[in-house]
Amino acid sequence: MNTATTSRYAAEYQTIVPALPGQNLPWLQALRAEALAQFSAQGFPSPREEEWRYTNVSGIEKKLFAPLADLTAGDVDVEWLKAHKLQDAWVLVLVNGHFSAELSVLEGLPEAVSVTSMADALATQSDKVEKYLGAAADQAEHSFIAFNSAWFTDGLFVHVPTKLVLDRPIQLLHIVTGSDAMATTRNIIIVDDMAELKIVETFVGVEAYLTAAVTEVFVGQSAELTLYKMQSESDKAYHFGGCYIKQACDARFTHHNFAFGGLLARSDIHVDLDHASECELNGLYLGVKRQHIDNHTRIKHLKPYAISRELYKGVLDDRARGVFQGRVIVAEDAQKTDSQMNNRNLLLSDDAEADTKPQLEIYADDVKCAHGVTVGQLDEKSIFYLQSRCVDEETARNMLTFAFANEMVDKIKIRGLHDMILEQVLTRFPQQGVNKEWL
Amino acid sequence: MLSIKNLHVSIGDKPILKGINLEIKPGEIHAIMGPNGSGKSTLSHVLSGKGGYTVTGGSATYQGKDLLEMAPEIRAREGVFLAFQYPVEIPGVSNIYLLKAALNSIRKHNGQSEVDAMDFLTLVKEKVRLLEMDEKFLYRAVNEGFSGGEKKRNEILQMAILEPKLCIMDETDSGLDIDALKIVSEGVNSLRSPERSFVMVTHYQRLLDYIKPDKVHVLAHGQIVKSGGADLALELEEKGYGWVEEAVA
Ligand SMILES: Nc1ncnc2c1ncn2[C@@H]1O[C@H](COP(=O)(O)OP(=O)(O)OP(=O)(O)O)[C@@H](O)[C@H]1O
Ligand SMILES: [Mg+2]
Repeated sequence: MNTATTSRYAAEYQTIVPALPGQNLPWLQALRAEALAQFSAQGFPSPREEEWRYTNVSGIEKKLFAPLADLTAGDVDVEWLKAHKLQDAWVLVLVNGHFSAELSVLEGLPEAVSVTSMADALATQSDKVEKYLGAAADQAEHSFIAFNSAWFTDGLFVHVPTKLVLDRPIQLLHIVTGSDAMATTRNIIIVDDMAELKIVETFVGVEAYLTAAVTEVFVGQSAELTLYKMQSESDKAYHFGGCYIKQACDARFTHHNFAFGGLLARSDIHVDLDHASECELNGLYLGVKRQHIDNHTRIKHLKPYAISRELYKGVLDDRARGVFQGRVIVAEDAQKTDSQMNNRNLLLSDDAEADTKPQLEIYADDVKCAHGVTVGQLDEKSIFYLQSRCVDEETARNMLTFAFANEMVDKIKIRGLHDMILEQVLTRFPQQGVNKEWL
Repeated sequence: MLSIKNLHVSIGDKPILKGINLEIKPGEIHAIMGPNGSGKSTLSHVLSGKGGYTVTGGSATYQGKDLLEMAPEIRAREGVFLAFQYPVEIPGVSNIYLLKAALNSIRKHNGQSEVDAMDFLTLVKEKVRLLEMDEKFLYRAVNEGFSGGEKKRNEILQMAILEPKLCIMDETDSGLDIDALKIVSEGVNSLRSPERSFVMVTHYQRLLDYIKPDKVHVLAHGQIVKSGGADLALELEEKGYGWVEEAVA
């Protein structure tokens, strides 16, 4: 731990705290104080911690990121924003960690659904927030979560009541315009019994900054939630994004994690499964230059008959490094668990690296658990086959790489988002390779 | 069309082809037969440019050009087509996408513009009908999950669409059921023309009943040990390879 860093943050904190939302809420004050104390004591996570062993965050430690004041919408490049905004969706825009009503699109939401900024939720329905904040994310787990609890400036609060099915997705568009800034947001998503919801979290930015976002998710009985995360932060940015999910009986949850940006990016996706619930975790990480992209997933089968499916794919070029740590924990009580975990990595250069660590911890005896990992290069036989069909070698390599990645893009069920992400994948093949018109 | 002179090929230090001579004129069909491991696939691979082989001597001239100097994709664009003994599965790349990519690279190579989308679809559908395939195969990933016979038929579909000048078919008949063999053979026969030549590697007379070769060669231990007309295949079917191999040894 770097004590100089933590004490600098702690000193700064006192000047920032009056501007943080929920000042009048003693429970939140207590929670923030506890989080600050934990962060001050521990600092940022260290590679000595098992869950961080492949990821060194000293690049973050060396800097002092400062929260940015509320920005006026006029400072945001509207065209740039438009490129990331979903059509046919309700969009909540957070600029530098602050909700912008002006840039958001929330007209036409059903009355019964509550979609507000976190600051608003703390002002108008703090009882509900108190019940859920910290109920899925345990800030004792590691200090990025604690950091988030202490510093969060705003976020998204969504509550979909029982049996309500929202036909359009809600997008949380998280943009950062400042340099050396931190954007610290906390989101709560509650999907009550038998309700259905699709959420898209998009992270974009241009400068060197730190994103520290925590999303807590509660999926009720027989409810269904699909959550897409699109991380295309700037290539100078640091990103921590944790998503912590609690699923009730028979609940279904699907997560798609597209990790394309950032100099150093870490995602946590941690799921707790109740009786006969199902979760599917998909991931695609594309690393170039010196990018370091870490995905940490944990699925806890707590009760019998739950199903989990996981597929993470990585494409790593240049000196990029990809990390996949996937833990599946099957509790003693969780008989008839059915779990599959897969991680496949494609290395495009000799200097690229993939660290993959699947971990199965099984305490029940009647379960079906499988896992597999691969780290490899493109198949020479496939390249020759394509060449024999008139395709030059470079194009053949691009085609195969694209096909490898596109399997994950094809799983996206929201048309506009699919096209947006496809576009980003295609920019990875600027010379030649894939003709979009033919797909 | 193709002139192979004293071709020697090794894998690592191991000589596989030991002086192959073969002259193929435009419009001719040559059948190559021979025991397992004699080098038939090696010859097909070397002609189409697969890596991993060392040419230690001899030459292969295609339409007056040094074939062995060309990159595999250039050979393909110049009209050399290999129908693989074991077609490769390419997950994530659809059949129709690859066909379009291939056809357009040939057109570009010949100074033509990209094929019109409608014309392409018409052409592809016509060939799909010719080979009695389901159109659904067009939209599936190349060979992925195809049965053995379906893969072979798919190779011939590609051949029919790309209209190569030199078609090398490595055991296309193996794995085809009786009806499929007939359909594929008819497809091949419909491609016959005075400008197009075929090299057919096969173990069985059946194929040659449908597609009558002009010449039959026996490849054994890396050499062509006997050549003859279509009758030679019948003789081999009856007597096996022992007598030709002995005659040489
Ligand atoms: N990578 C390799 N390393 C060493 N030997 C090889 C390699 N590939 C092929 N061979 C050998 O080269 C010889 C010729 O193989 P080839 O595949 O050309 O035979 P073939 O005539 O096509 O046989 P078949 O009728 O069984 O298809 C065989 O003895 C084979 O074992
Ligand atoms: Mg062979």
